[in-house]
Amino acid sequence: MRIEVNGESRELAGPTLADALAELGWADARVATALNGAFVPKGARGETALNAGDRLEVLAPMQGG
Amino acid sequence: MRDFHGVRLASPLMLGTAQYPSPAVMEEAFRASGASVATVSLRREGGQGQAFWDIIRGLGLHVLPNTAGCHSAREAITTAQMARELFGTNWIKLEVIGDADTLQPDPFGLLEATEALAADGFEVFPFTTEDQVLAKRLLEAGAQVLMPWGAPIGSGLGLNNRYGLRTLRAAFPDVPMVIDAGLGLPSHAADALEMGFDAVLLNTAVAQAGDPVAMARAFALAVEAGALARQADPMAPRDMAQPSTPVIGKAWL
Repeated sequence: MRIEVNGESRELAGPTLADALAELGWADARVATALNGAFVPKGARGETALNAGDRLEVLAPMQGG
Repeated sequence: MRDFHGVRLASPLMLGTAQYPSPAVMEEAFRASGASVATVSLRREGGQGQAFWDIIRGLGLHVLPNTAGCHSAREAITTAQMARELFGTNWIKLEVIGDADTLQPDPFGLLEATEALAADGFEVFPFTTEDQVLAKRLLEAGAQVLMPWGAPIGSGLGLNNRYGLRTLRAAFPDVPMVIDAGLGLPSHAADALEMGFDAVLLNTAVAQAGDPVAMARAFALAVEAGALARQADPMAPRDMAQPSTPVIGKAWL
């Protein structure tokens, strides 16, 4: 299914958010996730199902002021 | 210095981690600054996050994540939730920006996000203006700390509205306050601490200086001087001159 990941359209099998992160190579990365604008805690990724057209944001620590 | 959410900071200097010429210079500047808090952010995963986080952790400082770039309460709330998980802290420097040119806080979005986040267990550091009524509303909404701006973010103008800041400081004598943004020189930081603010938060003034490490050291000295001067109870200014040398005993010539 087509999922928008950090603003880019990607073809992912899913079916869960945890599966998608593994597919993207971020299974062990220090990241936080939001699906369609709502925060998804790490512990809930395994039971969060993805649907075609979802917007997924995967954020990492970054410099800031 | 007042405590921040029960934490007594070793230094009144909070320093940002952005815009340094290199990670090595950033690390050295932090050590020279003696800062007690490092501000951080979160952005789309691009592979650099882990190395950056390792450096920050190595500094052993309190970490204050921000919601920089958020223009709505909803965006800021989601970003704060993500930051809490990513950085393992309830502290959040809450930015809800209302104008792209001045990066001025949106008071309505800020209030809405403060209320939601405080109710959700966050320890909110709202980036606000010197507006006293907004400050009152933020405190009623659950903020226990205020971060009034000195001047617009990145402008380096110093304390733009000394009257407003002095009034704000006097109106809420028990509330810990950080002057956040707009400081360009160490004298601006000393000024803020002399006025009774508990800490200063800056980034560009150090990171974009010709020699960031030397400037970090200059800010360390300035905040120490400012805090000491505040404790020493400064004299009251007056309009007319008053001789400091005794008049009594002066020769009749």
